[in-house]
Amino acid sequence: MNLLIGSLHLGLIYGLMALGIYITFRILNTPDLTTDGSFTLGTAMSASFAVMGMPVTGLVLGMLAGAAAGTVTGLLQTKLSIHPILSGILTMSGLYTVNLFVLGARSNVSLLGSEHIFTRVSAALPGLSKNSSRLILALALCALGYAALVWFFRTHLGLCIRAVGDNDDMVRASSIDVDRMRIIATAMSNALVAFSGAAAAQYQGFADIGSGVGMMVVGLASVIIGEVFFGRRSVTAGFLSAIFGSLAYRLVIALALKSSFFPAYALKLVSALIVAVALSLPAVRDGLRIRKLRRKAFQNALHK
Amino acid sequence: MLSINNAVKVFQPGTSSERTALDDLSLEMGRGEFLTIIGSNGAGKSTLFNAITGAFLLDRGSVTLGGRDITWLPPHKRAFFIGYLFQDPMKGTAPGMTIEENLSLAYSRGKRWPLRPGVSKGDADFFRDRLERFGMGLEDRMKTKAGMLSGGQRQVLALLMSTVGNPELLLLDEHTAALDPASAEQVTRITLDLVGTQNITTMMITHNIHQALNFGTRTIMMEEGRIILDIRGAKRREMTVSKLMDMYSQRRKRELDNDRMLLI
Repeated sequence: MNLLIGSLHLGLIYGLMALGIYITFRILNTPDLTTDGSFTLGTAMSASFAVMGMPVTGLVLGMLAGAAAGTVTGLLQTKLSIHPILSGILTMSGLYTVNLFVLGARSNVSLLGSEHIFTRVSAALPGLSKNSSRLILALALCALGYAALVWFFRTHLGLCIRAVGDNDDMVRASSIDVDRMRIIATAMSNALVAFSGAAAAQYQGFADIGSGVGMMVVGLASVIIGEVFFGRRSVTAGFLSAIFGSLAYRLVIALALKSSFFPAYALKLVSALIVAVALSLPAVRDGLRIRKLRRKAFQNALHK
Repeated sequence: MLSINNAVKVFQPGTSSERTALDDLSLEMGRGEFLTIIGSNGAGKSTLFNAITGAFLLDRGSVTLGGRDITWLPPHKRAFFIGYLFQDPMKGTAPGMTIEENLSLAYSRGKRWPLRPGVSKGDADFFRDRLERFGMGLEDRMKTKAGMLSGGQRQVLALLMSTVGNPELLLLDEHTAALDPASAEQVTRITLDLVGTQNITTMMITHNIHQALNFGTRTIMMEEGRIILDIRGAKRREMTVSKLMDMYSQRRKRELDNDRMLLI
């Protein structure tokens, strides 16, 4: 039961990150590697301000810092014409220094004994168990992010961003600034990722310089697992399926760890495998189909 | 209305594959004029369009539209005044978005608050009304993704998208060439209807000489980045497809003769 509740908490908090990944990976059609850096940036900001007694400020500033990081990547991609993947890697590398600076040149900051959003909600709802109050807060944060995105992608600006990922020739012909749309979308994506990191830091009670490693792959895995269940449909359904994917991912990981099927440090390898297998499915399917056709043609030739 | 002054564009200058795509080309167009453009492959027709839309900047010369100098304006800002229809029906519409979403994007053209609803009720009704006139049944499929439509339907949608904002200039780059004959005819009919009722200044590239002479008010022929024929009015009415072909082949022959002389 604890296992289930725990993965529900984490799934919702990391679901915010999956939403961010969905924006770049599926809507913009441009995978963004800034994620690993901006996630840690969110945790660092959040923890540093929580230690100073300002946990909510930490969440907000963490999110804004993530947006700034995304803006940098967006500018590199568009105005300076650096390859999107490389742009993300450059920002991510640079952020390592920024993150250490935010953490005060330490590799981790503990929130032990400091007040943060989860303790505040616990205190505000004394009738509930710790787990329930945490669940309510995680659910509220995730629902807030989801609702904001659903609303945003129905506005004119949201339509423009969706069109950029779909057909940027048409967008340019409709007198929309493609570069600006890419920058806004990348900033939004990283704002969500950093917000997720900020919430995760206060949930876990610490920030660590290494916490962002492989986060992009985790986010991709969530988006892809969600699509296995829901298929690829509208953007609104897509966001929901990304959150669902994040929940499923956390549950699978928790079960696997519990059964001591593999050690905790195998997590990243398993995530990478999930993504690699899911992304290679179309190619594998095609290969099998061609093999089947060839075998059929061969047999037909024999019977003649 | 539109004036192109001494436009020069050289691709890959200084290399062995150097090519002059626009050779000191000048063109004046009046408001409401409908210009058809013919010429062989590589004559510079599409280059001319790209110079107008801003896909690249000119090496020399200037472009003004409606009194504004747009020579240095980025493409998306020019698109505010210029509607552009691609030859490939896939390029003019966003396949993953619905018909009404596509139309809203084109209709907004940079105005109003960006966080307003993407498709307002009023806009949707307006689009439905506009689509209904084409008699293609598209008005009943407003929530269908553009990717589900046929090539002809997508081109009609793209055509409405490029004219719905009342552009000052409409550029059609062989926009029926990739369609089957029946769809091509339908798209042509709708094009003439739209351009006629909205009185849009239009430039149309075509490979069909018959079409070039029968549609619009003026015809130019391009060759090696220059305008070699510019007819309108009575002169254009007297022109026939065979006369034009003769002129064209004579010119070609003369050039060949010159080449031969050089070889000997």
